[in-house]
Amino acid sequence: MNEWITIAMPKGRIFEEAAALLRKANYPLPDDFSFGRKLIVEAPEAGMKFFLAKPMDVATYVEHGVADIGVAGKDVLMEEQRDVYEVLDLNISACYLAVAGLPGERREQVAPKVATKYPNVATQYFKEQGEQVEVITLNGSIELAPLIGLADRIVDIVSTGQTLKENGLVELETIEAVTSRLIVNPVSYRMKDQRIDEIVERLSQIIEGGES
Amino acid sequence: MSSPFMFEKPLGMKDTLPLLYERNEEVISQIAEEVRLWGYQTLHTPALEYYDTVGAASAIHDAKLFKLMDRQGRTLVLRPDMTAPIARVVSSSLKDEPLPLRLAYNTALYRTQEHEGKPAEFEQYGVELIGDQTVSADGEIMALLISAFEKTGLRHFRLAFGHIGFMNALFTEVVGSGDHVHALKRFLFEKNYVGFKRYVRKLPISALDKNRLEQLLSLRGGPDMLETARQLVSSPNALRALQEVQEVWDVLESYGVSSYMNIDLNVVLHIDYYTGVVFESYGKELGFPLASGGRYDELVPKFGRQASATGFGIRMDRLLEALNHIDRPSNQERTLILFSKERQKEAVEEAKQLRESGKRVVIQHVAGIEDLDAYTSTFTHVIQRIGGSAS
Repeated sequence: MNEWITIAMPKGRIFEEAAALLRKANYPLPDDFSFGRKLIVEAPEAGMKFFLAKPMDVATYVEHGVADIGVAGKDVLMEEQRDVYEVLDLNISACYLAVAGLPGERREQVAPKVATKYPNVATQYFKEQGEQVEVITLNGSIELAPLIGLADRIVDIVSTGQTLKENGLVELETIEAVTSRLIVNPVSYRMKDQRIDEIVERLSQIIEGGES
Repeated sequence: MSSPFMFEKPLGMKDTLPLLYERNEEVISQIAEEVRLWGYQTLHTPALEYYDTVGAASAIHDAKLFKLMDRQGRTLVLRPDMTAPIARVVSSSLKDEPLPLRLAYNTALYRTQEHEGKPAEFEQYGVELIGDQTVSADGEIMALLISAFEKTGLRHFRLAFGHIGFMNALFTEVVGSGDHVHALKRFLFEKNYVGFKRYVRKLPISALDKNRLEQLLSLRGGPDMLETARQLVSSPNALRALQEVQEVWDVLESYGVSSYMNIDLNVVLHIDYYTGVVFESYGKELGFPLASGGRYDELVPKFGRQASATGFGIRMDRLLEALNHIDRPSNQERTLILFSKERQKEAVEEAKQLRESGKRVVIQHVAGIEDLDAYTSTFTHVIQRIGGSAS
């Protein structure tokens, strides 16, 4: 039982929220994670090690087993299709993947263009809709694409809709609701089963809606 | 970016350099010796097979096959697994051999990669036990895998096994057949437990039945857990599957390997390939499974011979990585005998003697070396037979 559990977390608000959940589940974590220049922070009393990663990379770390478990958005899991267990919906940082664009009728085009950070999700979605589009991958400022005529629509994460509104875009279709999920490496899931089952159990107790 | 260098390889292809190659050979021979002692016979099949037969029967998804065409325009595949080729051999070249057959192979498999950096060609060591449908065959395969792992020096590994028949029967009991069963299995195959639970909650079934399905996710542990599983089901098929799991466990106990084992009734390695006991093995040192296998009774009949089958495959690349931490005496000793022309005979004679005593010896004319220091530094021993007469 004295094994360390290594946890990959996305930087920022999700990390704070996930750490709060673990504290609520009675894991003795420091009140203030001062990562500072440190990349890895240990919480020896809880038997946990944390490291921060780009949200898009969390599933990759977990798939390769350098982290036993991780917290990743459903958007990342859909886009990356990594071989990891998605064991628990943490119900934090709720948002959704949506198609958005400029208001008004759409012009007929040879190949309608869609800009996104989620090329796999977008490709899959429009295939399912039976619509031919050209997917353009961008790494940020997706809202810019329709404004300057790179694409007529975008596929992106929407939380409040404020960013869309400020840029004069409207939401056209909802693709999928997104929350952060607890993911587990398939080997850790078997080799450290007791510790991980306990973490899942304790977290699921305190998550609203009582997911078991 | 520039164009590929002339020595660049296609995506997912790797060179194995001497040091790693020799280590691989060493591990393979440890496994092969154990497999041989268990009476298994090794065979080899071609890298290319017809797409229509072996390709279509393979458990590997169509999109992951390397396909090419022969001169007659028929589609070929680079073998993506060995079970289908072995089923073909068992039903053709070996069709008159009495069953059960115990076969082994060690070969490269080819699957197109999903992510950068993952191998598209990898070596697999595997065995197949054809034509024995008893639980002792399932137990033997897992016991042999464990025994082979032990021979390589691997420690801290586990095997988790389940029974696809139990899951199928439970799903059939609760949601009948058809789309719901397929959807539920797909969620488990994709390891998406959150999606599984959501789907179950929306099913038009009683709360009790929903609970039965959700319980499946926690059916992991030792044989004690089987009692919990029995409470969830009533159909003869489900109960028979659980009985088989218990019996396999008993077989494994008789082999003395149950301490490595876990029972995990929600292991889904493939949507519809396996028909009975399935298993996967994990090592503490690596984030990916080292080996997997199970019973696939419907494959060999596709090739026209009525025979059940079970087997395992070890991913050699992953096993080597998992063994990487083990310190072992170096077998990299190489002796260099440097000679000049007038002492060539002496050098050859000396090399012959050393080789007879098992030493690895290179004899090299000193004039053939460009950088003497750099070259000699790659050897553990250097003997000079240069100039003058023998001293």
